[in-house]
Amino acid sequence: MSLYLFKRLFNYVVLLTIAINLSWLLAATQLNPRALYEVSNPPLDPVSIENNLRARNLSDQVPLATRWWHWSTSIVRHWDWGASPRGGAVGEEVGRRIWVSVRLIALGSILGAALGVLIGSWTAMRQYGIADRTFTFLALLGLSIPSFVIASLLQVAATNINQLTGLRLFEFVGESGARGSGLVANLLDRAQHLLLPTLALTLLGAAFFSRVQRNLMLDTLGADFVRTARAKGLPYRVAVARHALRVSLIPTGTYFAFSVATLFVGSAFMEIIFSFHGMGAYAVETIHGQDVHGAVAVAAFGGVCVLSGALLADVLVAWLDPRVRLTGGHRLG
Amino acid sequence: MAEIPTRTPIRTPIIRPSSVEFESRTLSRPGRSDRRALLLRRFARNRTAVAGLCVLMVLLVAAVVGPMLSPWAYDDVDRQAFLSPPGGAHLFGTTQAGRDMLALTLHGLGKSLIIGFAVAILSTTLAALVGALAAYYGGWLERFALWIIDLLLVIPAFLLIALLAGGGQDGSASWLLLVVLLAGFGWMLSARVVRSLALSIREREYVTAARYMGVPGPLIVIRHILPNIASLLIIDATLNVSGAILAETSLAYFGFGVQTPDTSLGTLLGDGARQVNSFPWLFAAPAAVIVALILSVNAVGDGLRDAFDPDSDVQG
Repeated sequence: MSLYLFKRLFNYVVLLTIAINLSWLLAATQLNPRALYEVSNPPLDPVSIENNLRARNLSDQVPLATRWWHWSTSIVRHWDWGASPRGGAVGEEVGRRIWVSVRLIALGSILGAALGVLIGSWTAMRQYGIADRTFTFLALLGLSIPSFVIASLLQVAATNINQLTGLRLFEFVGESGARGSGLVANLLDRAQHLLLPTLALTLLGAAFFSRVQRNLMLDTLGADFVRTARAKGLPYRVAVARHALRVSLIPTGTYFAFSVATLFVGSAFMEIIFSFHGMGAYAVETIHGQDVHGAVAVAAFGGVCVLSGALLADVLVAWLDPRVRLTGGHRLG
Repeated sequence: MAEIPTRTPIRTPIIRPSSVEFESRTLSRPGRSDRRALLLRRFARNRTAVAGLCVLMVLLVAAVVGPMLSPWAYDDVDRQAFLSPPGGAHLFGTTQAGRDMLALTLHGLGKSLIIGFAVAILSTTLAALVGALAAYYGGWLERFALWIIDLLLVIPAFLLIALLAGGGQDGSASWLLLVVLLAGFGWMLSARVVRSLALSIREREYVTAARYMGVPGPLIVIRHILPNIASLLIIDATLNVSGAILAETSLAYFGFGVQTPDTSLGTLLGDGARQVNSFPWLFAAPAAVIVALILSVNAVGDGLRDAFDPDSDVQG
């Protein structure tokens, strides 16, 4: 078993290494950091531009292979992911931004999945009823609207409410504003800033997960083991909660692991619209800013997220699937 | 690599190639038209799907006929009206550059439709060929294909598309590059599903028979394997249309989509979303059109899935 896990991890590491190197190759050939210096006014001395670029291992006059060797050895030896064309070290920037992303998406993704599972299971038990049809349509609508449109609409609504009431109920610029001191004021301030992005993420997550959960729940509600449980005398609610719901949560768990993992870079809209300077916004900024090393670092981080999503999915399945842990004393029925 | 869920929630046992279907199809010719009528009947019963199809048709007609009827071309500049609100000569208002919003929306709708359909056809074709060939030949070819799929899944597609699309910003042909990139990074999950379905078809008697009669492998894949998973491919292509339009919209929001003077719904929305509080008309028209478009495509896709899926709850 441990050999199997080890092989799998090894395969992940190989995949990731190749993916990162490919990203570097693309970024180094497609982005042009020199252009940043050349547009400056008054024009800079070409020699000093070249020196600046060479100091950061970004000069296009150095052969690609030499640059690659320099880049990869400094990562392996010193865990140094390079510097951005005009700023500081990429590694520090990423280290700071990851936590911004975590604070942004943690609450929204969990609430979205929980709400989605609730709605999905509830509507599956009332298939083709009015509630089912309404929520199915709402979920379809939610998935058909680009996420930045939802976020923009929320912002418009919040602005109008703020103006109508004359209070600043909603804050939507940045993570926190200056408001008093002390723990309570600070927490309240952060919560106020988190409200709108969390609402947007929750709506999107609920739309997606209610569809997944409804389909899976419909499959398990008709399964033999639920009928068996009913035949043995379990009340409907207990049979559904203990058997149908639990089994249908397994694939939903897989989806959840992946959606959280991809949300780190995928929440770029929320970050830009609500001015959170996290990883998603960084991905966009690096490309606009011709930042070769930054773009590669984001790609690497995205790859790690996908692979940890895969691992997390395995763990969740093992945790939820009764067939996987029959030895733990739990028995079906 | 662990099982990565498909992007759109497809019910777990997707479509099993059923042997009953196969027999009725070969023994008597009418079987096929019977099946077609059955599918049509099932689809027609789904009111959401039919409504979606109607809306989609209206949008298609609007995208083709609209620009001919509109008094303004999408690249006309009205020097009398910069950023004018809706009404008067410009039904939907004008942009900061004095371009007519209605003409821009119609043109953008056309461009988004072309991108959506082109990407869907390309990526579903790629997924079908790679998945089925990998399953049919097996061995190192299969291992290599699966490895490439895993690799492409690990690389964040969004970042790479943005990188590559940003590199070649040279006017009118930029959207073609975008189509190729979106298709190139959008086929992997479907290819996995195609492979797992093709694995079971490969063991069928008619495939073995064809092989012993000397039919070359690629021909067997095209003639015998792919037609048996056609239902999955049709559903996949439909959902890819909306996926591609949404992806283009997202890229355009960050400035990596279709470049001006050409436009798409995504490009319009990206510009409009930044000024939605001051100039809502720049945002309202493209937003309404794109929601109608994606909603209708998704509704048609759902309807098709329900019609094709033998396990579906819609009775025949």
